[in-house]
Parts: sequence; structure tokens; C-alpha cells
Amino acid sequence: MAALVVLLLALACTGGLYAAFAPASKAQADETAQSLAIDEGKKLYAVGCASCHGTGGQGSSDGPSLVGVGAAAVDFQVSTGRMPAATSQTVQVPEKPTIYSQAQIDQLAAYIASLGAGPSVPTEAQYGPEGADIAKGGDLFRTNCAQCHNFTGKGGALTRGKYAPSLEGVDPKHIYEAMQTGPQNMPSFPDTTLSEQNKKDIIAYLDAVNSSDSESPGGLELGGLGPVSEGLFGWIFGLGGLIAVAVWVAARTAKARKS
Amino acid sequence: MSNKDDRRKAPAGERVADWADGRLGIYSLAKANMRKIFPDHWSFMLGEICLYSFIIIILTGVYLTLFFHPSMNEVEYHGSYVPLQGQLMSEAFNSTMHISFDVRGGLLIRQIHHWAAVIFLAGMFVHMMRVFFTGAFRKPREINWLFGFLLFVLGMFTGFTGYSLPDDLLSGTGVRFTQGAILSVPIVGTYISMFLFGGEFPGGDFVARFYSIHILLLPGIMLGLVVGHLILVFYHKHTQFAGPGRTNKNVVGMPLLPVYMAKAGGFFFLVFGAIAAISGIASINPIWVLGPYRPDQVSTGAQPDWYMGFAEGLIRAMPGWEINIWGHTLVMGVFVPLVLFGVFLGMIAVYPFIESWVTGDKREHHILDRPRNAPTRTAFGVAWVTGYMIMLIGGGNDIFATHFHLSINAVTWFVRIGFFAGPVIAFVVTKRICLGLQRRDKEKVLHGRETGTIKRLPHGEFIEVHEPLSQEALYTLTSHEQYAPAEIGPTVDENGVERKVKRGEKVRVKLSKAYYGEESQIPKPTVEEYKEITSGHGHH
Repeated sequence: MAALVVLLLALACTGGLYAAFAPASKAQADETAQSLAIDEGKKLYAVGCASCHGTGGQGSSDGPSLVGVGAAAVDFQVSTGRMPAATSQTVQVPEKPTIYSQAQIDQLAAYIASLGAGPSVPTEAQYGPEGADIAKGGDLFRTNCAQCHNFTGKGGALTRGKYAPSLEGVDPKHIYEAMQTGPQNMPSFPDTTLSEQNKKDIIAYLDAVNSSDSESPGGLELGGLGPVSEGLFGWIFGLGGLIAVAVWVAARTAKARKS
Repeated sequence: MSNKDDRRKAPAGERVADWADGRLGIYSLAKANMRKIFPDHWSFMLGEICLYSFIIIILTGVYLTLFFHPSMNEVEYHGSYVPLQGQLMSEAFNSTMHISFDVRGGLLIRQIHHWAAVIFLAGMFVHMMRVFFTGAFRKPREINWLFGFLLFVLGMFTGFTGYSLPDDLLSGTGVRFTQGAILSVPIVGTYISMFLFGGEFPGGDFVARFYSIHILLLPGIMLGLVVGHLILVFYHKHTQFAGPGRTNKNVVGMPLLPVYMAKAGGFFFLVFGAIAAISGIASINPIWVLGPYRPDQVSTGAQPDWYMGFAEGLIRAMPGWEINIWGHTLVMGVFVPLVLFGVFLGMIAVYPFIESWVTGDKREHHILDRPRNAPTRTAFGVAWVTGYMIMLIGGGNDIFATHFHLSINAVTWFVRIGFFAGPVIAFVVTKRICLGLQRRDKEKVLHGRETGTIKRLPHGEFIEVHEPLSQEALYTLTSHEQYAPAEIGPTVDENGVERKVKRGEKVRVKLSKAYYGEESQIPKPTVEEYKEITSGHGHH
């Protein structure tokens, strides 16, 4: 009898747990949509990506394997127009206008994500400004990013013609994805290195100092490049202007002899 | 004068002057100098730009000291600038933030101070080049040339120490750079570094130490040198360009009082106004985006102000060589640039002495050379400037790479090769240009100015009408003197004893030939040549 009670209880528990945790029919619908997206993505992949990355995303001599790069990497690379890359591109793949719609990018991302687990596309809650500490972000930016991207993300030079691009006007989502996935020469900063909150802080800092509505209290920021552009400005407009004034003053003299 | 006039009281100004003269006795001194004559030329005002920006720097600097705390104690930021709220920083950085955001007019004064420094150094550089290319450094002005050179070098270090005071991430990187250069000096480097920073870098002392160097020691010396520089300008009288009525013994121009006092006073306000306008328009050293210094952080595009860019370029261009002997490391990648920095700047400083040794000319010179009439000197100067400018490019190699879409390695290699090849090419090209200009002057003297008027002769030939130059122009173009190349004197004396020709003499003669040989100057037209051509064969 006791055994029966235990069995019943166990069955009730299992049933209850199943009812609580089993994928509902909505989940099933999502799964269908997901597999549809994967199918569509696979088709897009075969046309736009397979020539370099291989028919199954396994990579080739022209492009790396995409197994495990995750949806975030696809969203970043394709949304910023870096992928598909021109075959003539040698040093670094530049940003350019994207040729896919967001829906198509999502399908591509779904397909690549299905090849192996990887970071997924961040949500607005992750990269949005709510709850971000700008000052902390600045500190993190100077520690982790400024050595390539400059103090406020104006960009900088890397070896042999490669460069860290300017971060001005870059979508916060893409900054998040870039940190997460480390595109091209950039190291990746997974959540174990820079937590979700850290990334949010950095994005908020960039928004404060390097966006179209960030202020420059001192006047023209001269590119925000530091002393090189300041020196050029000082020579050309500062000293150049003063020499022009000197020429003007010298030309207006009391003449000893009227000519 | 009638008795009536005597009884009347003298005007107030005269009475004050009389009172002062009775106690200071400066009337005779003032009388002699008030009518001091200064010649007119825009390039003679470059020194004034430097003087006035120096005064502006002192004035604004005094204001900044009222609010700046030269301390490296760590504090938390709670000022008005949001993106740094709650960050830990030194009191130096904190007070600079306070000046920039919370002191009335503080940011403007800071920017005037900094822009004026950038312009001061640039002005000194150009002023120095003016003096160099016109030969104004010749006797009796060699000491004043050295004063000026010292002012430039001290200005560099005053600028550097001042730039380091806010203790921001960019300047901290620069201080670290300097400490690296000090460390690279064999044997004593480590000791000097430990002494200067009061221990390991960065320690807690350097801001306070740089502060007294920046506001007291260096400006004090500079002020003394500026006064000495000006006294010597007064004492030697100003140089002038050649022209009719201008000799080595007179100065043609306007008197100090009232003309130059008014002009110089007005020019001071123009300089102040222009610098203030620039400071109101353009940001400089925005420390709030640079952030406080922390030795574990660094940014790309970390350059010093332009006048230290030459040193930065040398370091960036130099390969990172190292020698290890007996367990000691000699960092050639840093030490060689440090030595080159001094040697390259020193070259221009000692040049006047080399030239006077080559020419053997012990006379005084108060008439300026036109650069073309001293081709070797001009070529040397252009070569020096070329080397300097190439290293400036080297100092900004990353900015040049990103903004011209070049490879930073290619820029660095350009600088490495250019530092050696550039000056040579510049030397040859400049010399050819100078000789070409000398030929043109000769042509103008002998054949007159090309008027652009074309005439057709009865038999169909076309000729251009040349107009003879005025006497004044002829004088100006031919008044320069040309040295003859030195020869080694007789090697046998009157008794037939052979004397040994010293090595120095041989070198001197060789240099003199290079300076004044046939290849290096176009003989200026002689009176005979001029007469022959203008005596009326008259095909012009």
C-alpha cells in the first residue's frame, strides 16, 4: 500500500512537473517558425556565403568556419555590411551598406546558430541605457578599448593597414555584438571577461562622449584625435593667423617718405 | 622764455616725470633709447609674437595657479562633468576638472594658456628660422642666437612639464615615455628616474615636483633669458634687409617712441585677441574625455604636444634594438633616439660657429642676407627643417595612417628612410633653387624686368620688351657680398721651410670650397658687365 502511495505521488509529481515545464503548443509553433527560418537562412547562405564559408558553414581557404560563431556574429557582420565581403578585400573588411533586410539577417543568423551553440543576438534590455553607469563605462573603455579605438572611440591604426574603426554612430546593438564576438582583429569579450552590465556601461559611455548629441565643452573638438590635430590647428590657424596679422600691421606703417 | 612763463606751474605729467627722474635718474637713459630706431618688416615681428604669447602664458598661468592643486592624493570626482562621476583620480586632475567646469572662465583661461603655449613654441621655431635663413645670427649676435635657442629648448620642457600637470591619461603616458627615455641612459638612468619620481613610477611626487619646475624654475630662467635677449637686441640694434641708404652702420626705420610703442602695444592686443578667439573656438587638451591617469591604461593616438613630436617620432621610427652585456640591457631603441634628439637640435645651435669658422669672417654684420645669396646655409637649414618635419610625421604615424588610409608600417618606413634621404634631397634641391634665383637676379640686373609687352619688328621678329630696373632695385640686388673660397696658404715659408698643414685647415678649405666655390654661387654682375650690356648695342 505504501508503495502504491509513493508511486501515485511520484506520478503526480512527474505529471505536474511535466505540465509546468513541457513545451506548450506555442513553443511548438515557435519551433516550427524557427525551423522555417533556418530553412530560409540556409537558402540565403547558399547564395551569399557558401562560396567562402563552405556549403555547410565548415569554412574554406577563403573564409573561416562559422560553426559556433552564434547569431550575434552573423547579425553584426551582415547588418554592418562587412559580410558578404568583396573577394578583393585583403587587409581588412570595411563597413559598407548592408544588402539584406533585417528579416533575412535573422534567418541567416538562425541558420548559423543551428550549426553550433554561440552567442545570441542581444536584446535592447542588454544594451539599452537603463541602469548603466557612464563613469564606470568610461573607466572600462579606457582599460579595454582605448588602446585601439582612442579615448572616445574615434578609431586608431593597427599594423599593416589594419585599423580599429571609429565607433561614432555605431548602433549600440552592434557594439554589444562586437564585444561579444570579437570580429576581425578585435579580441572578444565574453560575459566572463566583461559582464553584461560592463558592456551596457561601455555603450552608455560611448553614447555620452561620442554620439551626435554629445557635447564638446571646449569648442571644436578637432577630430578628438589629441595633440596631432591640435598642433596642426595651432600652426595653421594660430601662428598662420598671427603672421597674417603681422604682415597686415607691417604694411601699415608711417612712411618716412611719401611714395 | 619770458618771466611770465617761468612763474607758471609745469604740467602735472612733467612734474611727475621730474619727481621720478630726481630719484631714479633714468632720463638720460630713456632719452638715448626712446628714439631707438627699428626697421620695418613683417618677419621682424615674429619675435614679438613669441614675446606676447609668453606674456599671455604668464598672465593666464598665474590665474590657473589660484585654483590648481599640485597633489597626487586620490580623491573621488563629484564635479559637474557626468561621465566621470565617482571616479577615483588625483587631486591634480580633480582640480583641473574643477577649473574646466566649475571656475568662472576657467576653461577659457586654460585653453588660452595651452593654445598660447602651442603658438609660443611654433612662433619661436619660425622666428629662429627667420634668423637662420637671413644670417642674422652672425657676429655680433651669436650669443643672442644661443639665448634664443635655449629659450626654445626650455620652452619645450616648460610645455612638457605643464602638459603633465593635470595628471590625465594622455599626459601620464607622456611622463611614462619620458621615464622610459631616462631609464635607457646607461648606468645613471635608473638612479635619475628613482630620484626624479621619488621612487618607482609614478609614485606620489612627480606632479608637485613638475609643478615647481613648471611655474618657478623654468619660467624664471626663461624670463631672465627673454630680458637678456631683448637687451641684446637693443644693444646690437636690429638687423635690416639691404636697400638704398641702408648700410652696416645705420638702421633705417621708425623710432621706438612713439611709433613702435604704439605699434607694438597694438600688436600685443591683436595677438592676445587672436589667441583668445582661437581658445574660444577650438578645444585643446580636453582632459575630461582623456580621463585620469592610471598606469594600467593607455589610449591609441597618444602623442605629446607638437614641440615634443620630434622626440616621439624618433622613438616611433627607431627599431627596438637591444644589447645585452654582462647581464645589463642597453635599450638602443630608446637610447639612440634620446641621443639623436639632443644632437639634432644641437646641430642648428652650433651652426653659426661653424659658418664663421668656415668663412673666417670676423666682421660685424647688420645687413641681412637674402636666403638665395647664401645657398649652402639655406640648403643646410632646409635640410634640417626637413629632417625635423619628417620626424613630426613619424610622431603622428598612426594618425597619418588612419586618415590617409595607409599602412602604419609604410608610414614608419617612409620616416626611417626619409629621415636620412629627405635632408640630402632637400639640400641639393634647395641649393639648385637658390642658384637659379641668383641667376634670375643677375638676369634682371643686366637685362631688366620682363614687361610682358611683345613687339613685332619690321622684319617679323617678335621680341619682349625688357624694362631696366630702377637704381634702388639694382642696388638692392647687387649689394650682397660674395666670399671667395679659402685657399691653403703657402706651404713653404720665406726661408723655404715646409710647414705642416693642419688637418683642421684642410677641412676648413674644403668646406669653404663647398660653400663658396663655383658650384655654390653665381658671381654677381659686375659694373663692367652692366655697362657693356646697357651701353647701347640695344637689342632690347
